[in-house]
Amino acid sequence: MERLSLMPQLTYLEAISDALRVAMREDERVILLGEDIGEHGGAFKVTDGLLAEFGAERVIDTPICEEAIVGSAVGAAIVGMRPVCEMQFADFVACAFDQIANVAGKLHYRLGLAAPIVVRLPSGGGFSGGPYHSQNPEAWFLHSPGLKVLAPSSAEDAKGLLLAAIADPNPVLFLEHKNLYRRVRGEVPDGSYATPFAARTVREGDELVVIAYGAMVHTALEAIEQLPDASIRLLDLRSLAPLDEDAILAAVRDCSKVVIVDEANYTCALGAQVSSLIAERAFEYLEAPIVRVATPDVPIPFAPVLERAVLPSVERIRGACDELLAY
Amino acid sequence: MPSPAGGAAAAAAPLHLEQSDRVALLRFMLLHRAVEDRGASLYKQGKVPGSFYDGRGQEATCVGATFALAAADPVCPLIRDLGAHLVKGTPPRDVLAHYLGRADGVSHGREGNVHFGDAAHGVVGMVSMLPDMMVVAVGMALAFKLRGEQRCATSFFGDGATSVGDWHEAMNFAAVMQVPAIFILEHNNYAYSTPSARQFLVDPVERAAAYGIPGVSVDGNDVEAVFEVVREARERALSGAGPTLVSAQTMRMHGHGLHDDARYVPPEQLAEWTLRDPIELQSKRLAALGVDVDALAADVKAEVDKATEEALAMALPDPASATTGVFCLGEPIPVGSGDAPWSGFR
Repeated sequence: MERLSLMPQLTYLEAISDALRVAMREDERVILLGEDIGEHGGAFKVTDGLLAEFGAERVIDTPICEEAIVGSAVGAAIVGMRPVCEMQFADFVACAFDQIANVAGKLHYRLGLAAPIVVRLPSGGGFSGGPYHSQNPEAWFLHSPGLKVLAPSSAEDAKGLLLAAIADPNPVLFLEHKNLYRRVRGEVPDGSYATPFAARTVREGDELVVIAYGAMVHTALEAIEQLPDASIRLLDLRSLAPLDEDAILAAVRDCSKVVIVDEANYTCALGAQVSSLIAERAFEYLEAPIVRVATPDVPIPFAPVLERAVLPSVERIRGACDELLAY
Repeated sequence: MPSPAGGAAAAAAPLHLEQSDRVALLRFMLLHRAVEDRGASLYKQGKVPGSFYDGRGQEATCVGATFALAAADPVCPLIRDLGAHLVKGTPPRDVLAHYLGRADGVSHGREGNVHFGDAAHGVVGMVSMLPDMMVVAVGMALAFKLRGEQRCATSFFGDGATSVGDWHEAMNFAAVMQVPAIFILEHNNYAYSTPSARQFLVDPVERAAAYGIPGVSVDGNDVEAVFEVVREARERALSGAGPTLVSAQTMRMHGHGLHDDARYVPPEQLAEWTLRDPIELQSKRLAALGVDVDALAADVKAEVDKATEEALAMALPDPASATTGVFCLGEPIPVGSGDAPWSGFR
C-alpha cells in the first residue's frame, strides 16, 4: 500500500494477493474459501492480511473439505456471490473434481445457470514436494466442458488474469505455479485491470517457436538465451481454455518449427492438444516434425536428483531447439 | 376438526395451515402423481426418450416440505421430488415438455427425466452424483447468512446418499458455519436395489447430534406433518440457529426407474405401505371436512390432459443448438429471480 511508484515491483505471489485485495475492495460479492487462509494467511501466505482487512465473514477458514469448499462456492455463486476458493495444493483438487466437472462446469449448459467461481490451484514442482505436492492437474479440466483454465507466468499476468477470472461469469481454474511465487518479480500496475484470456509473445523470433505456459515459460526463456545466434520466438499461452488458436497458428506460420513444453505429464497434456491443432490446421507451414518436451508419465518423485530427471529442464528444451534448428 | 381416518397426526387441526392450504397440499400431490403417470405413459409409448423415474408414494415429503418455504427460498430437489418443482411454480406443461426433450421444456432438451430445475422459480436441478447438491445448498445458505437475508436453502436426498462423503462434508460444514440450511432425508428404504440395512447400521437421523445439528423424524407420508417440521426448521434457520436434518420416513412404491421391476422388494412391504398412501391420507382428511376431493382430482386430470396436449405440440430443439450455451456470455442471473408463487408464508 505504501508504494513509491505507480508501477511497483511485486513478486508473483504478491501480485496474486494484490488481485484478491483489489477485487475484495471493489466488489462485496467476492469472498474467499479455503483451508488455513485466515489467521494463518494460507500455506503460502497468499491471503496474508486479508482476514484483518475483510473479516472472517469474507475470508472463510473452512474445515478440510475440498468438495464442500467448491460445492458451497457454486451455491454461493448461483445466488449472486463471487467466491474464490483456494486449494491448499493443486493436488487436492482431485477431491473436489466432482463438484468442478459435474456441477460447476455443466450448470450453464444444463440449466442456464452461471457459476462464477474461481478455484486457485498452487501447482507445479521443482522443490521436492513429492507426488502429492507437485502436480500439474490442468489437463483434467481441459477435458471437461464449461471450464476456463488459466496459468500465468509473470507477476503482471498473475494479477490481471486473476482479476479477469473473478469478473468472468464462468467457473475458472487458476493455476498459480508455486515455484514462481517468490522467484518471479516484475512491474505490476496498481488497482484493477484485466488481462485477456489470450497468448502473449514473450520474445520475437522467426526461425522457431517455443510454446509454453506457467513456470515453463521461464525455463524455456533460459534455454533460448543460451542460443543467441538463433531467432527463436517464445509464446506464453497464459490461457489454456479458451486456447488462443489464432496466436498459435500465426506463430507456426511465421516460424515453421515448433517446440511445445509442458511441465505436466506427457500423455494428453495441453501440448498434445496444441500439437494436434498445428497438425490439423498448419501442417503445410511446418518444416520439421513438432517436438514436445514434457514430464514423462510418472508421479513426481521426491529426491532432487529424481525430480530433476523428470521435469523439463533448460538442457532438454535447449536440446530440442538445437535438434530442430539443425533439421 | 378431527378426521376419522387420519390417525393421530390429523387429530388436531394444523396450527399453521388454513383449509385452502390443506386443499392446495392435496392438489399438488395429485398433480405430482398425475404428471408422472402421464410421463410414464408417454415413456411406454416411446415418446419420452432415455429413462423415466417417479416418486410414487413419496409425494407428501417434497410437497409438504416445499410448501413450508418462502418464494425466495431455493430448493435442490432430487429424483422423487417432482412436487417440489410444482409447488415452486414450474408449470406441468413445461415439465412434460422437458420429459419429451422439447425446445421449450425446462432444460431445452439438454437434460432428461428428473434432471431439471427452473432457476427463475428458485429450483436448482440435481446432478446424478449424490448428494452433490447438499453442499451447493450449504453455499446458498452461506450467502444468505453473509448478506443478512431472511432466506434458507433446502436440499433433498435419499437414504443411499447418506453413505457418501459429501453428506458428511455438508453436514459438518453447515454446522460449523451455522448456515440457514434444511436437509431433507427421504428415507424410502431402497437405494436402487440396496435396502437401507445395507447402507448403514445407525439411522442417519441419529448422526445429526454428532454434528451438532437437530435431527427430526417425521412421517414422510403425512404431508401436513412434513409441512410442520420443515416450517419449524425454517424458523430455526432464519433465527440464526443453523441447519436441521429432517428425516422423512417413506417408501419408494415403484422401481428405481421404469426399467426396474423391483423384484428385490418383498410384496408384503409394498402391501403395508399401500395402506399408508399419502394422497389417500390427505384425501380422507379433507373429505371429512366436506371437501369434494373427486372434483379436485378431476380438475387435476383436466389440467394434465391440457398440459400434455400442449407439450406434445411443442417443437424439438434445433440440432445446431447442441453446441451452444456451454459458457455464460452475459451477466449471471441468480437463482430465484423470477416469481415463485407458492409459499407457506404468503
